[in-house]
Amino acid sequence: MTPEQNSLLRVPHEPGTPKPDPLLVVSGLMRSFGGLVAVDVDHLEIQRGTITSLIGPNGAGKTTLFNLLTGFDKPQHGEWHLDGGRLVGIPAFRVARKGMVRTFQLTKSLARLTVMENMLVAAQDQVGESFWGSLLGHWRSIEAKNTATATAALERFGLAHMADEYAGSLSGGQRKLLEMARALLVEPDVVMLDEPTAGVNPALTQSLLEHIKALRDDGLTVVFIEHDMDVVQEISDWVVCMAQGRVIAEGPPGVVARNPEVIDAYLGAQHGRVD
Amino acid sequence: MDWFKILIDAGRAAAGVPAAAYALSSIGLNLQFGYTGLLNFGHVAFMLVGAYGAALTVEFGGSLWLGIPIGILASLVLGILLGIPTLRLRADYLAIVTIAAGEIIRLVVRSSWADPLTNSVFGVQTFANEFYALNPLPEGLYGIGTFRFDEQRFWVILVAWALVALATLLIWRLTTSPWGRVVRAIREDEDAARSLGKNVFGYKLQSLMIGGAMGAMAGIVLAVDQQNVTPDSYQPLLTFYAFAIVILGGAGTLWGPIIGSVIFWFLFEGMAGFMTGAVAEGWFGSAIESVDIGPIRFVLLGIGLMWLMAFRPQGIFGSREEMLVDDS
Ligand SMILES: Nc1ncnc2c1ncn2[C@@H]1O[C@H](COP(=O)(O)OP(=O)(O)O)[C@@H](O)[C@H]1O
Ligand SMILES: [Mg+2]
Repeated sequence: MTPEQNSLLRVPHEPGTPKPDPLLVVSGLMRSFGGLVAVDVDHLEIQRGTITSLIGPNGAGKTTLFNLLTGFDKPQHGEWHLDGGRLVGIPAFRVARKGMVRTFQLTKSLARLTVMENMLVAAQDQVGESFWGSLLGHWRSIEAKNTATATAALERFGLAHMADEYAGSLSGGQRKLLEMARALLVEPDVVMLDEPTAGVNPALTQSLLEHIKALRDDGLTVVFIEHDMDVVQEISDWVVCMAQGRVIAEGPPGVVARNPEVIDAYLGAQHGRVD
Repeated sequence: MDWFKILIDAGRAAAGVPAAAYALSSIGLNLQFGYTGLLNFGHVAFMLVGAYGAALTVEFGGSLWLGIPIGILASLVLGILLGIPTLRLRADYLAIVTIAAGEIIRLVVRSSWADPLTNSVFGVQTFANEFYALNPLPEGLYGIGTFRFDEQRFWVILVAWALVALATLLIWRLTTSPWGRVVRAIREDEDAARSLGKNVFGYKLQSLMIGGAMGAMAGIVLAVDQQNVTPDSYQPLLTFYAFAIVILGGAGTLWGPIIGSVIFWFLFEGMAGFMTGAVAEGWFGSAIESVDIGPIRFVLLGIGLMWLMAFRPQGIFGSREEMLVDDS
């Protein structure tokens, strides 16, 4: 167990509770669509170097929260800081460069780029990406180095044999994997994964989870939205449950799973679906 | 009917200034549309601004060699003006704004209100003498048999194709570089590119400006060739030609715009020659007369494009495999 995981043991199990070493701190964040309040988070802290699962019934506001934090959507009001730096009003591409990278619930593979090109476009140090750099810069050596890194990553995700195929020819599960491998190539401090295991076959899911754990052990902070409670139990250091835009429970996976409010939220949502 | 003459005339267009200028223009549009996914429906505005920039500089006493950079500069400014309000919005906004801008600019240039600056509908003539004065070719005819150009025309043709070669080289360098990979990523999915730290707006603006400057250069070539600019030669149809060429050659391919332009002009002029001959020989009786030839040419062009989209949407150079990729 890493010291970061360890330090969570003393944290009280209540919504909005402070963490010993938070990487991400959110306060007073509100986003509504017309009359519908999609996100209304009073306070939330994400502990550095841990895996935090964000759970909650459909429509709870999980994806919207990701959109807000990563600059893809703008809140009515609210504050959030990454490693002490204020992120309010920062455009999405700058948020990514600051070290917070997200993936999408509806996979966004770059269909008419090859799998390898999908990976290479994630590199952050390529001078050949600027107009003058592409014409005058010495980008080929950087390209070679990045190709090696990308190849290693593709091997880990079981996609190396597809490197020269169009990403659009991959299966849904493979696209999820590609999107995640690509996000990691940005070398973020925190990665926000929106349902990364949806549509991925069980064997691959298992290796994906092992991989996420290994990244956590190397110091990466992971926030991920997950529906499968078995997966949540297996992988999470900490679980945050949202319902109707609010954080209703926080704690270690075993504790949150037994929380009556959480059970209620899921059952309530099922009722909602019935009528 | 003189089939040989029809072929020669079509070949003249396909090897000459129209094909070279439209290749140049389409290379720019292809960067925007084929590689970056930008819907610039006002490409003609860039051609107009380039040509007028050059012509008016001379009209007001400047040198043509100052006028050409001014025309290019004006197109870069136009790219910024059109791009800044639209490129952050959904793709269709650029399409709407550019198509309107093209017409607005043409109508303003031709208005009596702008007459002191632009000479309104009369435009500007004989402003390119400095270009022809540089012609190193001795007087005479260049070519084979009846397929010949005089030294003035041949000089324009040489320079125009040289510009096409330079533009192709630039596009090749750009699109095979990491810069090109980012713009193609943006074409596929802007949000994905953003999530990977790419300044999507900045790349789109660069693409719009570079492509627009190539359109301006094409406008200058056409204007220098004719020694004439008038507002009404910059109809939206010119943008349509460029799109037809890009799609015919294959959007997002390096050689597509060049081969597309050559084929387009060969067919377009060949069709005119054939129709003229056929009407003169009374093939269609009184059903089609010579005044109908122009419109019929466009009908056939439209049918040709529809056929292309149905049976070979990837164009001549595009890959079918790429076209069939599932981009959901
Ligand atoms: N762009 C939008 N416009 C209107 N309503 C939206 C929009 N995005 C999300 N919502 C609504 O906000 C709520 C939260 O959605 P979402 O964040 O996608 O939930 P989750 O990811 O937890 O399933 C839902 O009721 C959804 O319908
Ligand atoms: Mg969601």
